[in-house]
Amino acid sequence: MSTVSTRAPARPAPTTDRHPPSRRRRQVRERQWPAYVFLTPWMIGALVLTLVPMAVSLYLSFTDYNLFDPPHWVGLRNYTEMLTDDPRYWRSVGTTMLYVVVAVPLKLGLALAVATLLKNLDRGRAFYRSAFYAPSLLGASMSIALVWRALFNDGGTVSDILDSVGIHAGGWVGNPDLAVYVVVLLTVWQFGAPMVIFLAGLQQISPDLYEAAALDGAGRWRQFVSITVPMLSPVVFFNLVLEIINSFQVFTPAFVISGGKGGPADSTMFYTLYLYERGFTASHMGYAAAMAWMLLIAIAAITLILFRTSRSWVFYADEEGR
Amino acid sequence: MNIATKWWLPHTVAAVGLLVLLYPLAWLLATSLKPADEVVTSLDLWPSHLEWSNYTTALDGVSGISVTRLLGNTLLIAVGAVVGNVLSCSLAAYAFARLRFRMSKVMFAFMVATLMLPHHVVLIPQYIIFNRLGMVDTYWPLVLPKFLATEAFFVFLIVQFMRGLPRELEESARIDGCGAFRTYWSITLPLTRPALITTAIFTFIWTWNDFFTQMIYLFAPEKFTITLALRSFVDQSSTSAYGPMFAMSVISVLPIVLFFFVFQRYLVQGMATSGLKG
Repeated sequence: MSTVSTRAPARPAPTTDRHPPSRRRRQVRERQWPAYVFLTPWMIGALVLTLVPMAVSLYLSFTDYNLFDPPHWVGLRNYTEMLTDDPRYWRSVGTTMLYVVVAVPLKLGLALAVATLLKNLDRGRAFYRSAFYAPSLLGASMSIALVWRALFNDGGTVSDILDSVGIHAGGWVGNPDLAVYVVVLLTVWQFGAPMVIFLAGLQQISPDLYEAAALDGAGRWRQFVSITVPMLSPVVFFNLVLEIINSFQVFTPAFVISGGKGGPADSTMFYTLYLYERGFTASHMGYAAAMAWMLLIAIAAITLILFRTSRSWVFYADEEGR
Repeated sequence: MNIATKWWLPHTVAAVGLLVLLYPLAWLLATSLKPADEVVTSLDLWPSHLEWSNYTTALDGVSGISVTRLLGNTLLIAVGAVVGNVLSCSLAAYAFARLRFRMSKVMFAFMVATLMLPHHVVLIPQYIIFNRLGMVDTYWPLVLPKFLATEAFFVFLIVQFMRGLPRELEESARIDGCGAFRTYWSITLPLTRPALITTAIFTFIWTWNDFFTQMIYLFAPEKFTITLALRSFVDQSSTSAYGPMFAMSVISVLPIVLFFFVFQRYLVQGMATSGLKG
């Protein structure tokens, strides 16, 4: 008897209200399967090209691996070697940190300054916006990196101009103290991308706020500090996070300006350049995987710290904390 | 007096800034047309005569591979990447923006988290996978990942755009019996056009400018992209070949410059909307 009653729902139910729970479940399922079809390419990519590779590279980071022989488990040796016994690793960390700490604030600061300037421009705003933006599209290319290497080389335009005003710095590219700043300046040159975003953010700030402040006697600077900065802080924060993450991964300009080898004297040996050298030139894939995981941990930690501190300086007008 | 100052000051600052900013580009163009003996010695931007032979040297290409072939190779990869990204990212974005499913929150959070994932963490295992599949030294490692929506930036961009669209059209289509796919293809996708164009343009430019992935996966000179060819050109030549080298550089950035002039409105708007939402 009970067997019959459990088999019954397999056929179309004769009356509508006999099995409401299973009907609801089927409805839910009917709403759900198209979503998974839409997501199939993404899910395959997330699994095969992201999640599994993450796990594999974590495993490889505990091995000695040269791509041809099977990986050989070495425990924490890659990490201990990296942290205690590899001065070039620390050199690359130092170079990259210096680059991030100098380039990102300069780039975002210039972006904000120019956006403010353009916002107050009565005519030609669209023209300048596009023109200032152009370097952001070209800056990642090898061609432009070659131009910068030539401009900052010994006898290039920059050293000639500096010579003519009495500063005899010579070529920056060959100078271990200055080479990293060639990459910094190339990055700052691309301030147009965050500038466009800041300009759009500035234009969304209600003019009423400025009018009210002006009525209360607030000057230009006071208005900037008390209205513009807090109203724009979510946009600045979002771009700060993105710029920092991207800057840690800079490769092409460092590769070109350093002649592919991080020179002179490892002064442009950026983290990713060293990772490439260890992994693909020297075939220490395990060590390179460990470096990649250290980079991931560093980026995650910095992002977390930024989000923590953001509570004290990022202002969300809608109070939803989006 | 004060009003007059206010009028010309921002314009002057902007104009002077623009000149400084565009100087490297002017230098690139000028150097590509300079005779060999003027490149290093002369600060003068303007060449004494236009040395078009720099361009004929550059057009010969590298290692016997002509520049047209190199540009064709790069175009093939870039177009493949554009088609892949637009299709796969818009599909995933539609599910995240409009459909309800179990684990949607977890999956969306994962997608956003991969925005911050440094590429290097997955680089070596991906290389191993493509190596096992026999795909190293083919274009597959450069194009296939785009068909699997691996660039979270674009998924996120399209999701944000779709969430801003009114739901009414889609809802009435659903009531009229349109399935999820019809609704996606006939209603949502046409409305999402600006975000798709932004995705296409940025994918094209980023793929065109890419160097790292191409360097890792491509070895045979006849499969080289323009960037890889430029790099071997640099390695092979000395400073005396500055002219042809920068002529080749001009050729390699020309498509991006053209893209910029044609699509600047979409580029600037796409940039602005994607960066405002956090």
